[in-house]
Amino acid sequence: MTYDWPTLLPLIFAGLMGLAILIYVILDGFDLGIGILFAAAEDTEQDTMIAAIGPFWDANETWLVLAVGLLLVAFPMAHGVILTALYIPVFVLLVGLILRGVAFDFRAKVATERKHRWNRIFFLGSVIASLAQGYMLGVYVLGLDVGFGGMAFGVLVAFCLAAAYAAMGAAWVIYKTEGELQRKAVRWLRTALVLTALGMAAVSLATPFASSRIFDKWFVWPSMLYLSPLPILSALLFLWLWRQTFHLPKPDDRHALTPFLTLAAIFALGFAGLAWSFYPFVVPDKLTIWQAASAPESLAIILAGTVVVLPIIIFYSFYAYRVFGGKATDLTYD
Amino acid sequence: MDPLILSRMQFGANISFHILFPTITIALGWVLLFFKLRYNATGDSAWMRAYFTWVKVFALSFAMGVVTGVTMSFQFGTNWPGYMQKVGNIAGPLLAYEILTAFFLEAAFLGIMLFGFRRVSNRIHTLATVLVAGGTTVSAFWIIALNSWMQTPAGFEMRDGVAHAVDWWAIVFNPSMPYRLVHMLLASGLTVSFLIAGLSALRYLYGDRSESMWKALRTGVFTAAILIPIQILAGDQHGLNTLEHQPQKIAAMEANWNTGPNVPLVLFALPDEAAKENRFELAIPDGASLVLRHSTSGVVPGLNDYPGNHPPVFPVFWGFRIMVGTGLLMLAVSWSAAFFLKRRHSLPRPLAMLMVPMALSGWLATLAGWYTTEIGRQPWLVTGVLKTADAVGPVAGSHVALTLAIYLILYLFLLIAYLGVLVHLALKAAKDGDNSPLPGVMKTAMSQPAAGE
Repeated sequence: MTYDWPTLLPLIFAGLMGLAILIYVILDGFDLGIGILFAAAEDTEQDTMIAAIGPFWDANETWLVLAVGLLLVAFPMAHGVILTALYIPVFVLLVGLILRGVAFDFRAKVATERKHRWNRIFFLGSVIASLAQGYMLGVYVLGLDVGFGGMAFGVLVAFCLAAAYAAMGAAWVIYKTEGELQRKAVRWLRTALVLTALGMAAVSLATPFASSRIFDKWFVWPSMLYLSPLPILSALLFLWLWRQTFHLPKPDDRHALTPFLTLAAIFALGFAGLAWSFYPFVVPDKLTIWQAASAPESLAIILAGTVVVLPIIIFYSFYAYRVFGGKATDLTYD
Repeated sequence: MDPLILSRMQFGANISFHILFPTITIALGWVLLFFKLRYNATGDSAWMRAYFTWVKVFALSFAMGVVTGVTMSFQFGTNWPGYMQKVGNIAGPLLAYEILTAFFLEAAFLGIMLFGFRRVSNRIHTLATVLVAGGTTVSAFWIIALNSWMQTPAGFEMRDGVAHAVDWWAIVFNPSMPYRLVHMLLASGLTVSFLIAGLSALRYLYGDRSESMWKALRTGVFTAAILIPIQILAGDQHGLNTLEHQPQKIAAMEANWNTGPNVPLVLFALPDEAAKENRFELAIPDGASLVLRHSTSGVVPGLNDYPGNHPPVFPVFWGFRIMVGTGLLMLAVSWSAAFFLKRRHSLPRPLAMLMVPMALSGWLATLAGWYTTEIGRQPWLVTGVLKTADAVGPVAGSHVALTLAIYLILYLFLLIAYLGVLVHLALKAAKDGDNSPLPGVMKTAMSQPAAGE
């Protein structure tokens, strides 16, 4: 059997890029979410919440660099088209990421009287970055439409994604803390889930009307039948998780990680739905993954490295998470 | 305004701000490893205090480097789409390998390095320090390989107007790459040693005579004193390499308008590009010929050979002079400080006061050097392959101007906050002296409640 590499390689890289984006959204989702929840937390709780993400956020954000890097190196044409169209939102995202990234360190190192200023910057940066990501997703879904309708849709998705990140953050706090803060996080999770559900319902209703292309992909027999498990499963998981919030935390801290894993599964399902909506385009309706791809020999050399290095990365990322497993109590940024 | 010049200013501002922090982390990682290994060997807690003081600077610098680096990865697409479209087949894999082999390694083990000393064994913690330091250096390797390829491209062919890789070995180890890598790694070493020496001198001036201050001070001063002559030699070799591969850059660096023998070494001048001459020139006769060709009659390339194809003279000429001048000042300061520390076991107050502002001399020299080499590449983005003007994106000038203004305000704010924290940390360390609380470093693993307990 012979492989048609020029066809296969762009497909593999689209898959890898999708994987990197999904991992990024799940991992940085929880630490961005914790930044959003900062507004609702008290001073000592904020320290614990930072301790819960301190060792991880940097590696989490590296998945974004990998995702953009893969877009850049595997689909250079698309990278240019997408990022020039999203020039201002990308800029807003970067300002948000810069502010929150440095706030981690500054808030622990400046004189005590300035700490609250950096706490506020951390919150603002997280909110700005989350909203910018959601807005970019919305505009991208509509084929980089930057008319009024596209912008309104982008704003809707922005709030939905920020609520979803807040839910992820709350779920992570449930996993990493105990006592009063954990109970508080359960309430945060419940509120965030309601907001996310409202947002997702609105987005789902708006998408078919906003984009006839996506409508045609989903509401055609028989693909409607094959695809139906995606929304149904997501909705069931959602409902189940919402009911769980009335029973958490459980004795002996059982199922503390369950909300996070459930949300991760919902994210993965939603992501699969998005991927289906776009395939085979990398720039909606303009460039397919094959049109935008780099030369096969360049993709091959990146793939060779990726195949060797990615398992190692995943291995030591797990190791790092294991080292800092358990409740975040005695960890300090200093 | 013109999007081209605005985009160049924006990229220049971002990369200038970015380079400040990797310049610190690349070498500081190895200095931290040195502190750690000295502690492991001697058991002297002063080494560990020095480690914990400087690991904070490392963490902060690393965070600044990461967030500004993320900005860079987006800007290739937002401002310079033509770059990846033309040479993406070369630049892509090099960047991908940087992310895969360096970024994840650094990011994952940085957590263990910063927070893990009570959760992993001392040996694993040392290993994490090695991996983070190694990661920063590997990252420098890939990015210097790409930058050098843009200066002196090799190992590729053009097909349908797009660069395709032919020989990856030739691409990575292109003609200027080994020189630039050595020059940059040494620059990082010098930046960090002067930073450590300068902040330790500040502690000294505030009356701190603690063992950890002396240890950091000696490490900084002696490292600087050893590295600076090596750097001067390496810089000279790098210059000769540039003469061979990018003569027009040398012509601009020397502000030499006409090719010929017996070219003087210009010490001071205001190059006037319109009149093609130097005003207020102060020069050593035959100096440039001697330095570059090792003979007074050596022929030095002049700008007249490259009409319309050479970089702007003024910034390249002055960037080079600021770099060399700072380097000579570094030599004088580090050698006198080393003399006093070695022979007199003391530090004269005036010298300590000079060392404090010299803490940032590495930044100044690094920036001046990068301006020399990067502006010296103009009008090309990739020498002979892609002009800068042909890579700029279709974004409106007003957008670029707006974002540029906000970036500049943000960077200024962050720079002030960063320097403020460095001084704050130094003064706090000076106040605590050898009584600073020391996080417990245990020889046994998991001595604190950790995973699963």
